[in-house]
Amino acid sequence: MLQTLGLLLGCQLAGEFIARGLGLPIPGPVLGLVILLAALTLLPNLSSSLRPTIRVILAHLSLMFVPAGVGVIWNLEVLSSDWVALLVILTLSTVLSMLVTVATFIAMKRLMVRWVK
Amino acid sequence: MNNFVNLWSYLSTTPLLWLTATIGAYLVAEKISERLRNPPWANPVLISVALLSPILIFTNTNYGTYFEGAQFIHFLLGPATVALALPLWDNRATIQKSVVPILCALVAGSAVAAGSAILLAQAFDLPMNVLLSLAPKSTTAPVALGISEAIGGIPTLTAVLVILTGIIGAIIVTPLMNILSITDWQARGFAAGVAAHGIGTARAFKVNPIAGAYAGIAMALNALLTSLIVPILLKWLT
Repeated sequence: MLQTLGLLLGCQLAGEFIARGLGLPIPGPVLGLVILLAALTLLPNLSSSLRPTIRVILAHLSLMFVPAGVGVIWNLEVLSSDWVALLVILTLSTVLSMLVTVATFIAMKRLMVRWVK
Repeated sequence: MNNFVNLWSYLSTTPLLWLTATIGAYLVAEKISERLRNPPWANPVLISVALLSPILIFTNTNYGTYFEGAQFIHFLLGPATVALALPLWDNRATIQKSVVPILCALVAGSAVAAGSAILLAQAFDLPMNVLLSLAPKSTTAPVALGISEAIGGIPTLTAVLVILTGIIGAIIVTPLMNILSITDWQARGFAAGVAAHGIGTARAFKVNPIAGAYAGIAMALNALLTSLIVPILLKWLT
């Protein structure tokens, strides 16, 4: 468990180093994800030792959103003036994104089948 | 009475109280959600916030004091994002099998999720900091918070918008796909993951295991892509 935590933090730290050092707009943890993916490609055996701890972390992902979510009660003035607009935007944007994703996925799948034939 | 006042002034200055309260609220929220058989609207994050907010308001606690305790949990979002590499690695064979539909649908869906939010925010004449907080709403919260911070949004607002997006997506995905009579579970799951991240993924797993796996792939890939695509879209559209 401690080794896995150390490795996750190490990847994140390396990611922050690269992101801030090169002035990239990508969050450090996302680069850390890429670094861990590269490490897994080089050392496939790593995955079995990481799995137990990572399973626990990802199972409780929801907990980690609570502090930021609670933060909204000190930001109520932002939400209260625009909340109708925000709800409309979120719903429309989510429907649009789902439609485009599903249509592209099915269209490309059919195209690939035809192409292979 | 005096003792109680002393106790409160001690507790309210250590991180212990709000750290414990946050974990406690989450455990209660999980139980409530389970009791209700995990419907998409009874999201554990939403319930936790609903449980903690009145206590914080009643005790007149400011954000700085609350966050002193809660930061230990908030901090874990970083390592949790890195940890998403493992499900991606575990699903690499599946990804390789349908790499073209996956990548095309990912780019199209991710661009529409962020782009439509930016354009709609402009149409509704929302302030710039709200628009920036809205742009990364379809990606998983730790990544969305990082993007929001990097581009000048309000991370706490982003957190709420991300969670609302997830709940909205989880509620509409099944009826929407059924109306369009789409029966391809891979495509349905992938759409849920791109548009509604982890909450959409959890929903997809409840409906169909193949849909769940594809939603998980979509969520992890979208975490990567959104951070690249949002700054580009902002340059084009604003």
